[in-house]
Amino acid sequence: MTNQTPVIELKNVKKSFGPVEVLRDVNFSVRAGEVTALVGDNGAGKSTLIKGLAGIQPYDQGTILFEGKPVELTNPRQSSEMGIDVVYQDLALCDNLDIVHNMFLGREEANAGILDEGHMESKAANTLTSLSVKTVKSVRQKVARLSGGQRQTVAIARAVLWNNKVVILDEPTAALGVAQTEQVLQLVRRLADAGKAVIIISHNLQDVFAVADRIYVLYLGKMTAAVKKSETNQADIVGYITGAKTQEMDA
Amino acid sequence: MSNQNTIQTGNEGSFLDAGRNYINRVKGGETGSLPALLGLVILATIFAVANPIFLKPINFANLLTQTATVTTLAMGLTFVLLLGEIDLSAGVTAGLSAAFLAITMSEYGVAWPIAAVIAILLGMMIGFLIGILVAKVGIPSFVVTLAAFLAFQGLQLVVVGKGGLIGIDAPPILAIMNTPMPIIFGWILLVVIVIIYLGTSIYTRIQRAASGQQNKPIGILVFRTIALVVIGIGFVSFLNLERGANPAVTSLRGVPYVVPIVLILLAAGTFVLNRTKFGRHVYAVGGNAEAARRAGIQVSRVRITVFMISSTFAGIAGILMASRQASVDAAAGRSIVLSAIAAAVVGGVSLFGGKGRLSDAVIGGFVIAVIDNGLGLIGLASGLNLAITGGVLLLAATADAITSRKSRTS
Repeated sequence: MTNQTPVIELKNVKKSFGPVEVLRDVNFSVRAGEVTALVGDNGAGKSTLIKGLAGIQPYDQGTILFEGKPVELTNPRQSSEMGIDVVYQDLALCDNLDIVHNMFLGREEANAGILDEGHMESKAANTLTSLSVKTVKSVRQKVARLSGGQRQTVAIARAVLWNNKVVILDEPTAALGVAQTEQVLQLVRRLADAGKAVIIISHNLQDVFAVADRIYVLYLGKMTAAVKKSETNQADIVGYITGAKTQEMDA
Repeated sequence: MSNQNTIQTGNEGSFLDAGRNYINRVKGGETGSLPALLGLVILATIFAVANPIFLKPINFANLLTQTATVTTLAMGLTFVLLLGEIDLSAGVTAGLSAAFLAITMSEYGVAWPIAAVIAILLGMMIGFLIGILVAKVGIPSFVVTLAAFLAFQGLQLVVVGKGGLIGIDAPPILAIMNTPMPIIFGWILLVVIVIIYLGTSIYTRIQRAASGQQNKPIGILVFRTIALVVIGIGFVSFLNLERGANPAVTSLRGVPYVVPIVLILLAAGTFVLNRTKFGRHVYAVGGNAEAARRAGIQVSRVRITVFMISSTFAGIAGILMASRQASVDAAAGRSIVLSAIAAAVVGGVSLFGGKGRLSDAVIGGFVIAVIDNGLGLIGLASGLNLAITGGVLLLAATADAITSRKSRTS
């Protein structure tokens, strides 16, 4: 594993909604070239942690270091300018548009006001090729025609196309069948191998163990474990998730 | 133009492959305006058999001017429908614009071009107001435009005066709908259209080639150009036939002035929808507003703009309406909006947003006009006419609902 400075490091992050403390002194770090899994039961605070990184819901307290420098993340634009992209569970894709249109949505390339379809098409195709995507036949297919796995692929490829440093995947395999899950997990692995810092949120421990390098566990707003996959097993992680086990936070 | 990767673009293969792909897309539910075109052919055949006048040049020219107002309105409405919204006030906006056109000319002596610009700007302002109420205040467009539909009828009464009628006598305004262009203009129009079509197609091919992307087989372009030329020659020569009742006194031949006006609106609108960022954003917001928002598109700005476009087209439709009737009355535009919505939906524009083209609205406009015109020639009661138009709209909306549901669940 790499030992350079983490791309993102959170120190003692707190977030409350009224009297409810959702994140309690959470430490979290992600490294380039690694897949970092974030697991925890419903209500553990995973979504809140991610929304903070996406700039949708800023943290109340705590330090955010981006490539070693302290930064503020108070709106989505700041996050995306830094190269943090979230691929949401409900996939923000437009069914009525094709793959190229979706990958360039909101960032279309134009020449003197006229859309440069050829250029966008070749970039989209190259991105998909660089990720060794073989399931997508034509970049001009309407997204409505794609399977769940293909849609997930398009959503992830969009994050890659924009050269993001950090790609956050919210339950990328939740709605997928066995074969498609396998394809998406391979894609996640290739993202990390291409030097991105990948955060994957999942309820499926099998998937987590298949793809992650490092696993963080949230339990009722506290980070109860941060372990390398090679140094743990599924039973331990289940223990951390259910609160039956805790680990001193120094991994 | 090498294709170095395994991912295709849908442009590969021969001319025949392209044809096969098209058939597959139609089978898959992407029918576009094909059903409307088929319906048009069937209706025209029935009416032509029932009453030979239907195919006379005079009736064809009539059909064009009959449909122009509805079609213009329907093209503007298409922008709104693409967002899954509705504009019930487009018709009365047209009426109000027509009234302003007539009054500024007759009572204030404003020159016709300025009066026309005022009428169009009035439409644009109305659209801006509606857009603000829908996008910023958050009132459903159905309610906002229904309120406008009622309020503008009242305003129209005040402006025109109860039972009033304001005449239009500016010859250029009257000419739009009532006078044909000189014979040669029809041919010039056709040549210009072919040049624009070829120019944009070739520009696209060059642009794609420059990015190393596959172009569609050149045969398709050749085929379409030939089709355009053949159909165009047919249209122009047909409209250039003598259709005056008494040619010795007044000769009536040539393409009506309104035809190039509608074609310019069609071309400009299609360009905006297909070739600009704004157009892409309209489809995106119509397809999935939340996705568009997350992609950084300013959704409310897109919303406001489409209502402005719709009402601007309504302003233009108002001028056409005034030209055709040579006058504006207090009820002008009241009934036309439903025909326009019917035209767009029959042509293949989806009521659920995200699907449809301006050309669909034009084809749909023809269907509605042919029903109206043909049933009139057969001599059916006008009540039946409305019932049949309603039935056709319901049929189109049913097809729309079924295909939309299919694509959502698959």
